[in-house]
Amino acid sequence: MGTVIIFVKIFFMIGFLMTLGVLLTWVERKQSAVMQDRIGANRADIFGLRILGLFHPLADALKLLTKEDFIPPSGDRFVHTLAPFIAFTTALVGFAVIPFGPNVQFFGREISLQVADIHVGLLFIFVVTGLSVYGVILAGWSSANRFGLLGALRGAAQSISYEVSMALSVIGLLMIFGSLSLGEIARAQGELVWGLPRWGVLVQPLGCIIFFIAAIAETKRIPFDLPEGESEIVGFFVEYSGMKFGLLWIGEFVEIVVMSGLVATLFFGGWQVPYLGSGGFVFPFGLQIGLPPFLVVLMQVLAFMFKVVFFCWLQMLIRWTLPRLRYDQLMRLGWKVLLPLSLLNIVLTGLVLLFTGS
Amino acid sequence: MTVNEKNVKRTELGRLDRLYLVEVVKGLGITGGHFFRNLFLHTAHLFGLMKDRPAAVTIQYPEERRPIPVGYRGRHRLLLREDGSPKCVACMMCPTICPAQCIHIRAGESPDPAIEKYPVSFDIVVDRCVMCGFCVEACPVDAIRMDTGIVEMAEYDRKDFVDGRDYMLSQKPSDEEKKKGPPERKPPNELDKKNDEH
Repeated sequence: MGTVIIFVKIFFMIGFLMTLGVLLTWVERKQSAVMQDRIGANRADIFGLRILGLFHPLADALKLLTKEDFIPPSGDRFVHTLAPFIAFTTALVGFAVIPFGPNVQFFGREISLQVADIHVGLLFIFVVTGLSVYGVILAGWSSANRFGLLGALRGAAQSISYEVSMALSVIGLLMIFGSLSLGEIARAQGELVWGLPRWGVLVQPLGCIIFFIAAIAETKRIPFDLPEGESEIVGFFVEYSGMKFGLLWIGEFVEIVVMSGLVATLFFGGWQVPYLGSGGFVFPFGLQIGLPPFLVVLMQVLAFMFKVVFFCWLQMLIRWTLPRLRYDQLMRLGWKVLLPLSLLNIVLTGLVLLFTGS
Repeated sequence: MTVNEKNVKRTELGRLDRLYLVEVVKGLGITGGHFFRNLFLHTAHLFGLMKDRPAAVTIQYPEERRPIPVGYRGRHRLLLREDGSPKCVACMMCPTICPAQCIHIRAGESPDPAIEKYPVSFDIVVDRCVMCGFCVEACPVDAIRMDTGIVEMAEYDRKDFVDGRDYMLSQKPSDEEKKKGPPERKPPNELDKKNDEH
């Protein structure tokens, strides 16, 4: 029975991730179009039916599947094939520890709406995102292409620089919530502080900004898209075609979803709806609205999805607004600004915790 | 020689600007503002409201077309006399001036005793044509014009790019050109007088 539940949860999670990832390819084209007073992709149709260009992801997939899968003759065949799978799998697996809802009672069983509620969830995420750079490095190296290798090296350097501040920026959060388990952190954010929900962004505003910047850098998108560097080196996937390119591409979008889920869980309350407890709404000024448990759970799961979609949208907005950083600017931002700030954040959090004694 | 010089004042970045974060948020405000305005307008258009305010500047090309300005040179056409015969007198002015050498005329003796020659065939190789309009200006009898408004020239075969005499005689001026009416031309002697004055 336990195995069945796990599989159902995995099915649900992959379904959610892949659907959102594929939709994001459409959103990227449509949102950028709407932002720039254009219309965007709207030509793919089935029997004259267009529905806002929603068939374009389908057409893209068909095109990618039927294209030639080219491996450079001097490249490494095995690694060249392996790299996209590493990139895609590591992107997908990170979502396993992110809770998309509270624990629910279901036929007398307590089920946590989370694929794997491991107590080192946050470390697991950092490990997985750290591994995802292997996809980039191997893809660039095995292509036997100088531009690919350049992109891979940039990706490695960028990943190292930003993972440090990313990991350090959540230390303050860990000091406050005292747990590495994401389920625990999400639960703890349901409490109130001065009548406001105790969300991570409220208790760790600086950490939140640093984490979000580092998260965008981890997804390797504009303004941190140096490993890709479309206009100068095309990127670590120069020599990829067909569905292997598609995997790298979809992996990038899945990574956006995972990062959005992570930011939502760590700093924006995860599945918490403000003032919504397990029995219904309880407002600090006395108003109470009772709700049946299943409705509460449904609202909380939907709230989590809404937050994830919102952060995906925000990342798209940033991607289509800002220009790219120069390489030295990227390194300066990572090492000279974000790293000291995240260290400062730890010290400040420690001092506040020391004096408030909580 | 004087060089056009312009001093650009570079503004020093203030303390807030150097933080970048505020400026980034401002930029997001601009693009986000466009996003929500256009999203609202697109949604309104779906329900048939506010059609007068466009949500995008896109011209959906094959269905919508940008109007071709008056005087824009398109594919050639040959003009007819009142009696239905081609105006062209096969004087060979246009093939002579044509820089692309894409006009080929075979002249024949005109049945009308008042007119010396007429074109037996008049071919323009359109994919060679550089659309300079010299032929129109060189023509002494206003027999050729480029006002058809046909600017998209795509064929599956090279030989389809050769416009024959009868095809060009059957072409009509574009709607914009018709609206403008026939070109105002001063009689030649008046033009000469003006030239003499200068």
